Amino acid sequence: MLHFPRWKIMLIIASMVASVIFVIPNFLSRETLSGLPSWVPHRQLTLGLDLQGGAHLLLEVDTTAMVKERVEVLRDDVRRVLREEKIGYSGLGVQGGTTVQVRITDSAQVDKADTKLHTIPQRMSDALFSGNSVVDVEIVREEGGVFRLTLTQAGLDYRQRRVVEQSMEVVRRRVDQLGTTEPIIARQGGNRLLVQVPGLQDIERLKDILRQTARLTFHMVEATGPQVLEGTRPADTDVLYSHDDPPVPVLVQKRAMLTGEELVDAQAGFDSRTSEPIVNFRFNTSGAQKFALISQQNVGRAFAIVLDKDVISYPVIREPILGGSGQISGNFTVQAANDLALLLRAGALPADLTVVEERTVGPGLGADSIAAGKLATAIGTVLVVLYMIGNYGLFGVFADIAVVLNVVMIMAILSVLQATLTLPGIGGIVLTIGMAVDANVLIYERIREEQKLGRSAISAIDAGFSRAMSTIVDSNLTTLIAAIVMFFLGTGPIKGFAVTLGIGILTTLFTAVTVTRLIVALWVKKVRPTRVPI
Amino acid sequence: MKLISFIPEDTKIPFMGARLITFPISMILVTLSILSVAVIGLNYGIDFVGGTVIEARSKTGPADLARIRTELTELAIGEVQVQEIGAPEDVLIRLGQLEGGDLAQQASVDKIKSTLGDGYEYRKVETVGPRVSADLRRDGFIAVVVSLALVLIYLWFRFEWQFAVGAVLTTLHDIVLTLGLVSVVGIGFDLPVIAAILTIVGYSLNDTVVIYDRIRENLRKYKKMALPELIDASINQTLTRTIRTSTTTILAVGALLAFGGEALRGFNFTMLAGIVIGTYSSIVVSAPLLIFLNLRTGGKSDAKADTAEAGA
Repeated sequence: MLHFPRWKIMLIIASMVASVIFVIPNFLSRETLSGLPSWVPHRQLTLGLDLQGGAHLLLEVDTTAMVKERVEVLRDDVRRVLREEKIGYSGLGVQGGTTVQVRITDSAQVDKADTKLHTIPQRMSDALFSGNSVVDVEIVREEGGVFRLTLTQAGLDYRQRRVVEQSMEVVRRRVDQLGTTEPIIARQGGNRLLVQVPGLQDIERLKDILRQTARLTFHMVEATGPQVLEGTRPADTDVLYSHDDPPVPVLVQKRAMLTGEELVDAQAGFDSRTSEPIVNFRFNTSGAQKFALISQQNVGRAFAIVLDKDVISYPVIREPILGGSGQISGNFTVQAANDLALLLRAGALPADLTVVEERTVGPGLGADSIAAGKLATAIGTVLVVLYMIGNYGLFGVFADIAVVLNVVMIMAILSVLQATLTLPGIGGIVLTIGMAVDANVLIYERIREEQKLGRSAISAIDAGFSRAMSTIVDSNLTTLIAAIVMFFLGTGPIKGFAVTLGIGILTTLFTAVTVTRLIVALWVKKVRPTRVPI
Repeated sequence: MKLISFIPEDTKIPFMGARLITFPISMILVTLSILSVAVIGLNYGIDFVGGTVIEARSKTGPADLARIRTELTELAIGEVQVQEIGAPEDVLIRLGQLEGGDLAQQASVDKIKSTLGDGYEYRKVETVGPRVSADLRRDGFIAVVVSLALVLIYLWFRFEWQFAVGAVLTTLHDIVLTLGLVSVVGIGFDLPVIAAILTIVGYSLNDTVVIYDRIRENLRKYKKMALPELIDASINQTLTRTIRTSTTTILAVGALLAFGGEALRGFNFTMLAGIVIGTYSSIVVSAPLLIFLNLRTGGKSDAKADTAEAGA
């Protein structure tokens, strides 16, 4: 056990040196680092939000609205198809949330209706199920000319995935526009999005930006003023309210003539005459053509610029707008104009987002936590180091060298893996310091026992190391099991703890056993002891 | 060479005899812990029941807790707890789960912030909605069950069934006592505390496994020795190690608890409590338990005699 081939010694020393090299960047400032040549390791520990401060939001994509919208579209499709084919029907309606039912009144047209209704279902290729396609609507024909069209679960699942993916893209674009460093946007579970923005303090603005759907639409205005609330209004119109105080009801056409999807750019600016903040926008080619055509046909009429059911403004078309660009003015503050431009550039969310979890840590608390963590680690290490020296003398020093190398190695591995160090993670490191010397204690106690049984120093050391080994592996395995489970089931901070604890156990096996053994072997070679001073 | 030796080496403490005292003590403690968890209950944090926690620091001297309390009560956002945390200018505001779900919870945070005004800096704001807390509860439960199951499987492969059962009973004993202490002290029961408990599961087993390993080794070595004697010898042989390791871990975790700040107090407390309990139980619970589990088929008569004696 005490014989080390030269290459093994080299390997152990090399891994130690490498660890030190990889830890060094953590003690340098970013400026110093960027000045160093590229072959020098640059990676620093990634600090969790609890240590560097920042915002953590968990958003839930509301897909129930999507289902409702889908079933309404389905009903409209049925109506459209039957009307186009001039097939008489009655009792068209939504049932049970996902089913549309209709009865064909003329029994002679039932077969024709059957064929035509079958043009509605769409096949969607589903990459997730290896190129299999899913059908979004199932049609059941019943007695008496009744058809039941049901949205399939597979189709809804497919659309839900798409909605979540699109939402994630939009959220990413919006957060990126905030200009913060290294935001993390990830999907969590079926319909949740995780947004982590390190260093961000103004969480209210972040939430405001993420909560808005930002669906921009342009509608022709039929009438404005309180009178639109009276009497019956045409089926294809809607009453929306303006941004004014008090809000003015505006009767608009339900169908949007243009949507924000056709925008190519939006920028905040100032009106050249009134110098109030406005948002300038530009349509893409097809949007510009549509806009030109509509404005030519409707000179003198008003159109409404609607954002999420709010009429921001409803200007009158004075002359045809041919350039494809326009401006939105709506008594904005500079910040509001900036945010609206940002939202328009990033695009509309395909569904509503709800904040279901929020965790914000200010930079002050983060810095305090780092300071407390450092202090606790330092004191813990010193106590353990002193205790080991007190109990085992020279061999305690050997164990202490191993413990210090252990901490260096943990930090090096964390830096290289770019794992996130959280406050519980620091706890994991401190715990590792306490538990790492356990291996040494096991070995040393064993050596002491073997020596007492009358073995020579070298033979006692040899036996101590080899006999303690199975116990060491055993006892570390149980903690490793706990760490692995926590890693897979834990969130943020707990994961951080599991990572340092897990890495700590592996490095402990190396430093406490192999490194200590090497040190002891070198000592034996040099001193040739007759007794082990334990 | 050696500077200190707190622990006498080569002890011959009759743990097996003492089990007639330590077992009832453990039973009583377990009962009290279960009672405490049942009666006092666990002080569930927002991770598991949802709600809001705000940590604010007054920029203008000590915070006026009474004023904050009245003003926030007027907001009609359910029961609001306001307390000092760490320093006079630091306030901890806790808010339970609200009726209106996630949206109401979000709105209440805005209301609190606007009520407190600009005189405060927000060091921490955490809001957990009902659905997320339900998920976290489920995940925490699964984590505990899965790790116990895995450890059980590991022990099953590693040891004879008596050892496995003994280790599991000891671990349960440790978890129950730790939970009892957490409940009595009123530590906020949240995700980090679960993590601490899972770590204790690993740590407590660690100690137990070391002693069991020694018992197994001695069983092979001293085939004739009576079981109680053999277990006693094994515990005593490993005692120095057990106490020394626990001391180093307690020193490290104690430093965390003393200097590691407010943020992880619950986690550190639970860990420290668990380590102390785990050490105690591995010495006086895990090994003596083997007697009751009829260890060593070869030494059946010994075990039987001993069981009878214990029952008398």
